[in-house]
Formats: sequence, structure tokens, C-alpha cells
Amino acid sequence: MPALDDLTIGDVVAEATYPITRDTLVRYAGASGDFNPIHYRDSVAKAVGLPGVLAHGMLTMGFAVQPVSDWAGDPGRVLDYQVRFTRPVVVDPELGAVVSVVAKVGALEPEAGIARIDLTVTFDNATVLGKAQARVRLS
Amino acid sequence: MNPELVGRVFPPVPGYLVGREKVREFARAVLAEHPLHFDVEAARAAGYADVVAPPTFPVVVQEHTLAQLLAEEDGGIDFSRVVHGDQRFTYTRPVVAGDELFAQLAVTAVKTLGGNSMVTAETTVTDADGDHVVTAISSLVVRGDD
Repeated sequence: MPALDDLTIGDVVAEATYPITRDTLVRYAGASGDFNPIHYRDSVAKAVGLPGVLAHGMLTMGFAVQPVSDWAGDPGRVLDYQVRFTRPVVVDPELGAVVSVVAKVGALEPEAGIARIDLTVTFDNATVLGKAQARVRLS
Repeated sequence: MNPELVGRVFPPVPGYLVGREKVREFARAVLAEHPLHFDVEAARAAGYADVVAPPTFPVVVQEHTLAQLLAEEDGGIDFSRVVHGDQRFTYTRPVVAGDELFAQLAVTAVKTLGGNSMVTAETTVTDADGDHVVTAISSLVVRGDD
């Protein structure tokens, strides 16, 4: 487990890149029970005015916290996790989409032994999540 | 959307028994690799009763409560116009395989902004002992007429 005393606000604690394909979306639909067809059918996505099939927001939220779990050493140390969905991730049928995650120390609560980790989640050179923050217990 | 939804508390949904293979399946689906999601021995060595669900797993249970809200007859929420705005989970402890979870939704806010409206729903998830596990909060934006 990382030591709170060793952390400084702004430190990058983890980085990861996630290649997403249509297979990833189908797998997430099945595992989560979210079968909204905008996440797997081009015709439906087009009919409702979307630029293409989109990744589930909850899929992006789901993998974006994985670097934090791995860094903390135990996913059970995540006390609070929130995001705002600001831009969709469009998943090309052939090329998929690549989403990058950078996790930085956003705030420290030394008395409580808690670090707030802020996530920058990017697709196609734009952030897709706003206020993506995980509070992690490090004591 | 019906502004009188604010403060409405829905009946608890039937209990959800968290299976070990469901935890593993969900973990693979969110591209998780941490051994505590997959390896029972590793989870027990870390002090858990069984494999640990990823942080966003409670959405599976929350989904059943959101379905109640969307189906509410006087709610006036057109599902085809719903966009997920915000999501938050606040945990007392992580979900582990073997948990039986009970979830109940309350509407905490309804707002109108421009042509859109927004509803904030808070789902409280407790275990078989009645102890708090996690609260899942969603803000859903309902787009107005184009």
C-alpha cells in the first residue's frame, strides 16, 4: 500500500490505456444487464442522432478506476468514487476506441488517512469524464 | 418530468445474491485485473470472505431500482430521452461474493434547466444484516423536445 506521507498533490500515481472494441461493449452489456442497443447497434445509434455506437458510460467509469485499485493494492480501499459523463466514447466497428487514464493526487486528508485521486480520462484528444474522483483509504 | 417525484421513496427491490462467478464476469467486463476480484485465496488472505467486486459493481443492483423510477406512471420520464449525467458510489465496505444485497431508491432532486430536466436518485444498498454497504447516486438528464 502506498504511504500517504510520500504523496504530494499533483503526483501521477498511475497511468493506463484501454483499447475498447465492440466486443468489449457486448461483454459489458451482458455482465451489467444494460442492453440499451445504442451500445451495439449502429442503426439504432444513428436513428437517435448519435455519431455512432457509444461505450456505456458505466463501462468507462468502471475501467477508469482500475489503475487506482491496482495502485492502492486493494479495491476495497476505494471509499467514494464519482464521475460526470461529459462526452461520449464512440466505438468504431473496425478500429474500436482507445481511452487513456491518468491518475493524479488531487487532495490529501492526512488526519483521516485518505487521498483523493483525480482521474483524467481521454478519448480522441478530449476528456470524456468530468470531476472523476476516487477517495482512497491509505491507513 | 413530474416535480412531485422529489422525496418519493420506492419499495425495496427483491434481494440480490452476489455470485462469485458474477463478480469475476463483471470484473473481466470492466477490464479489471486485480487478483482480489478473481482469486478466493487471495481475497481471504486480505481479510475478505470471498472475491471482491469492482467499485462500480453496485450499478447492477442499482439498475433494478432505477427501472422502478423510469416505470413510474406519473413520473413523466421518457426513457428514450434519458442521458446519464453523473454517477457516484459511497461505500461503507466493498461488495463481496456471497453478499445478499437489498436496495431502495429515493428521489432527492428534480430540476429543470433550459428545455431539459434532471432527476437525482439515491439508492441505498444494505446487506442481510441490515448494515449499509454502499449508496449509489445517479443524476439522469431527460432531454427536452428537439
